[in-house]
Formats: sequence, structure tokens, C-alpha cells
Amino acid sequence: MSIRTRNWLLLAPAGTLFLALLIVPLTVVLIFSFGERAPAGGVVPAFTLEQYANLPARWTAFKNTLTLAPIGTLAALLIAYPLAYFLAVRADPKWKTILLILVIVPFWTSILIRSYAWIFLLGGRGLPAILEWMGIDGVRLINTPFAVLVGIIYGYLPLMVFPIYVSLDRLDKRLLEASSDLGAPAWRTFLQVTLPLSVSGIATGCMLVFILLMGEFLIPAMLGGGKVFFVGNALVDLFLQSRNWAYGSAVAVALVVIMLITVTVYMRLISRLGASRDDVAIM
Amino acid sequence: MTKVTDHISKQKFMEELYRFKKGSITRRHFLNVTGLGAASAVMGAAVPSLLTRPAFAAGDIGDRVILATWPNYHDPANFEAFTEATGAHVQMNVFGSNEEMLAKLQAGGSGWDVFVPTNYTITTYVSEDLIEPLDTSMLPNYDPAAYDPRFSDAGSVDGKLYAVPKDWGTTGYVVNNNHTGGKKLTSWKEFWDMTMDSFSGRTMVHDYQLTTIGNALKYFGYSFNSIDEKELADAEKLLIDAKPHLFAISSDYQPSIRNGDAWMSMAWTGDGKQLNTDMPEIEYVLGVEGGEIWSDYYAVPKGAPHRDAAYALINFLLDPQVNAKEVLAHGYPTADAHTNKLLPESLLNDPILYPAQELLTALEFGAAVTLTDPNRAELMARFKSA
Repeated sequence: MSIRTRNWLLLAPAGTLFLALLIVPLTVVLIFSFGERAPAGGVVPAFTLEQYANLPARWTAFKNTLTLAPIGTLAALLIAYPLAYFLAVRADPKWKTILLILVIVPFWTSILIRSYAWIFLLGGRGLPAILEWMGIDGVRLINTPFAVLVGIIYGYLPLMVFPIYVSLDRLDKRLLEASSDLGAPAWRTFLQVTLPLSVSGIATGCMLVFILLMGEFLIPAMLGGGKVFFVGNALVDLFLQSRNWAYGSAVAVALVVIMLITVTVYMRLISRLGASRDDVAIM
Repeated sequence: MTKVTDHISKQKFMEELYRFKKGSITRRHFLNVTGLGAASAVMGAAVPSLLTRPAFAAGDIGDRVILATWPNYHDPANFEAFTEATGAHVQMNVFGSNEEMLAKLQAGGSGWDVFVPTNYTITTYVSEDLIEPLDTSMLPNYDPAAYDPRFSDAGSVDGKLYAVPKDWGTTGYVVNNNHTGGKKLTSWKEFWDMTMDSFSGRTMVHDYQLTTIGNALKYFGYSFNSIDEKELADAEKLLIDAKPHLFAISSDYQPSIRNGDAWMSMAWTGDGKQLNTDMPEIEYVLGVEGGEIWSDYYAVPKGAPHRDAAYALINFLLDPQVNAKEVLAHGYPTADAHTNKLLPESLLNDPILYPAQELLTALEFGAAVTLTDPNRAELMARFKSA
């Protein structure tokens, strides 16, 4: 068997999956998006741009997603970084494994059940009741964008912690000593050594969280009370309630296009950041 | 909250979960004992295999039957009795709108054996070829003569029986009288006006186009079933204006009403009855302008994977003894004379189940066209994404 044949054979399983589970469905969605809603719901083939022309009717859903996804990603980053730093650099190696497991433990329970827990925590008999007891009246948390944000940060935090942890863990600790020996104060060591060397982890974590958030629908549905509406929720509604597959497909295509653009721009920015750092290093 | 236990055994948990799965009549209890709500949705599928299967006598119908139904709609004990008698476990999926049920069946592969469509949807299921004509020889407990035809007519299309009546009811709203300052609410006008005023942030509407749009239409005195563009535009404006004042858009409103987060919600008869029984301050109101009267049916989707079990379950639930227990649990009236003979007088005179005649006459049955009308569907979707 030639190396070429062997390579093809080894790639075949992944390739088949890729074709069957990504290329084919995406093509179907694209074809549907030019169709029309069937009288009782579903789709009839056509060639019309009507569905795309109607996209502004879901503007709020896009706006909510494109606001809360970046805010959620940023908030998760700000909370995850110190935690990852502590785990990778400061934590006693004895405890490291246990602490890491603790970060994963929530994943053992379904996000659905964990979101339900938040419904009770943020509902009138949860946190607001405690606040009221402390004298702060009239706080409403459940079914607000804040509740959705809390759910998002909570749900996605581990996905941010791990990539950053890995990048910090690989960091050569002697570089930190060198920086300090050369007289740099701690903040400067962090900004000029630690942070640049963990950029890859930050980039991966942000990308993972952001991409998943753009498709999120469960957390807004459960903690937003049907009032904080993401594109994901619009899609669920179009396919599972109003049964407008054509329009639903157009919304899905729009979401994919927005993601492709955002991710491409993001990758460019990150690689440029990486490149400029190399320049600095050479100098 | 009555009692909070912080630790329960695995077996006890599964028992509680199983009870809860069968109908959230015991939801409050379940939440108290376990502290979990959605557990059912996730773990439901695992439940049948965890329970031992009893020796089976009556002819093998398989080990499970999958039922698509509505929230708070069954007596869990009846399902346990069914399992004991037949060996088939009842696995329940709960829905919030007929549209959602239709969408699942249209997409195919729903896996359901029995589902509970509302009167106005049955003609669409038949024309879309999604349900099968019922084989009455497999439903010996079904006695067509025993039913009030108003609530059983919709089960037959072109002279063929496709669905048998489960129960009927009305769509009104529940309001917590502790917050109304002694004012007695009677209309949909007050429902919407209060929502945008003193009840801001405390009202829930269904995640269901028929009732949410229909009851917004009633604000203006239009037909509950209107598909007139101008009238729908008025309703949409009201809904969009009211949206910032809503607590939530959801058809599962009991938990929020019970814990006090929501003070008012569109509601169906049985939820009104269940809430009123547990919390007398919760009142069930039918708008004087009218609204919906409906009848729900049992039907079998084409290609039901456990067809024999489906018929066995429907037949079991139609047994007047069983049905009477169902009614006592869910609080919806049944149109079956045999069952009514077994029910206590107090229930048959209950004003929530059997509203005064003048309130009833103003109500309309849902119209088939509302289910498939693209404008109503898109209006609801726009309202939710606004």
C-alpha cells in the first residue's frame, strides 16, 4: 500500500463524517433558505430571496446574540484568567489535580439541570429574598439579561479556564525568575512575559466560548423566560413552532456567515498580535 | 416551602422522579424533596430500565409507550397502575403548544405512540396524513354514545374516527388576589391593562400563538380566531407594548405562580383548579369578552413504534374508573357521562370546571385555520423575538 493510499484511508472516517454531518446538512439548509413556507408548515422548493429580505424582522435576536456573546466571553475571560493563573502558577502541585477536577465537576451534571438550579437561585425565593432580608427590596433577577449573562458565564467558565491553564502551565517558570532578576516589578513581568506567552490560550478559550455562545439557546430560554431572545431561540421557534423552514434556514445561513466573518477577523487579529510580539522578541 | 430534606436515597429519588414524570401534579412536592426540576427531562429516558419489569399476563405489548401531552395533565398513579397491569412503562413528553406537536410530527421520527391534540388541529393532522384512523375494536372502553358531542365531534373527520376525547376546558387566566388590592378582575381588558400597570413584571402569557394572540385579540373585542390582517396588527401592537412588562412567555406557569414570582398568567381550567385548591388566593377568571373553549383528544400518530401499547394506554385511560382519577388529579372536566357518574357532586358543580352559562356562551372553539395561518405564526415569532 502506498503512503498516499494509507493516508487517504486514515482520513476516510473523518472525511465521511465531515461530509455527512457538515457539508450535506449545510447544503440542505442553503437550498431551503431559497424556498418558501409550505401551507401547513415545512418548506416547498422555490428560488426566492424573500426569506433573506425578511431577515431584519429578527434584528433583535441578532442584536441580543451579538451583544451578550462578546460580553459573556469577556466576562468569562476576566474571571477565568486569574483562576487559571492560580492553578497553573501558584497552586501547590499536591493540590493541583484535585483543584482541576473541581473545575470539571460541574460538567458531570447536565447544563439543563444546572440552569434549573439557577432558576431557583435567581427566582423570588432565592437571592432576591436574601437581599430583601438584608434590606434591599424589589430586586428582580430571573428572566432578565443579567440572569442570562450569569448563566452563560457559569456554564462556559470551564471552557475558558482550561485552554488558559494549559498555556500557562507550559510557561517556562525560569522566564519569570529572569524577569524579576532583571529588576522588573511583578506587574511588568505579568504584562511583558506571562500575558504574551498565554495569548494562545486566551485566543483558544475566547474562540471556543464565543462560537458556542453564538448558537446558544438553552440558557436564554431558561433564565430569560422567553424574553431574552438569541438567534438560537429564533431558530428553535421557526422550526419547532411556526414551522417556517425556509425562513429558519435563511436565519441559520445568516448566523453562519456572521460567525465566519467574526472568526476570520478574530484570527487575523490574533495572528497579527502574535507576529508583532515576535518582532519585539527579535529586537 | 413546607419541608426541605437535604438528603434522600437514590431509590427514593427515582421514585419521586418517576412520580413527577407522570404529571407535575406533584411538582411542588418533588421540588421540595429533591431540589431538582428539570431532572425529569434528562433522566426520564433512563427511568424505565431502572424499574423492574413485572411478570406480564395480558399479551405482550412491549416494555414502553411514549406519550406526548401537556403540563400537569395526568394522575401519576394511573400510569403506575398501567405499568403494573401491562408491563409497559409510560414515557412522557410535555409540550406547550399544538404548533410544537405538529412541528415534531411533520419533521418525522417523533417516536410517539400516543399524543394529545386539541380539537382544532385534528383536520390538519388528517390532511397532512400524520395520524391513523383509530381501530375501535382495540378500544373497548370507548363508548361514543356516552360523550357530549360538543366535545367529541372534532375527533371524527369525514366520518372516520381519528381521535377520542380526553377532557375539555377553557382558557382564562389565574390571578393572585393578594396583589389586586381587593379589585375583582373579570375581563381580558383588565388582564392586559394591569399587566402594563400595577402588575408590571408579574404577568405570564403562554408560549402558544392560539391563546396569546387570541386573548390579545379579545382586548379589542375581536374574534379569538381572527386572521384578519388589521385585527392581527392591533393584537401585535398590544403584545409588543406589553412585552417589556411580562414576567415570562411560557406555557408552564404553575411554578412561577406558586412561588410568587408571577401574580397573573393565562391559564387553562385544570391549572386554575390545581392552583386554587392549593392556594385559595389564586382565582381563575374567564374574560367577559370571551376566549377559548376547547376539547383535547387522544390520537395515534402514523407509524407509532409501540402501536399496541398505544391502544392499550388509550383504552386504559378511557376506563371510567381510571378517568375519574385522572379528572380528580388534573381538574379538567370530562365529557364522558360514565366517568361523571363516579365523580363527587362538588366537582361537577365546581365553577372553575363548569363556568356560568353566560361566560361559556362568549367562548369560541379554536379554528383550524389558526394552526396553519402563516401570519399568526410569524406574528407570534416576531412578538417573541421583539
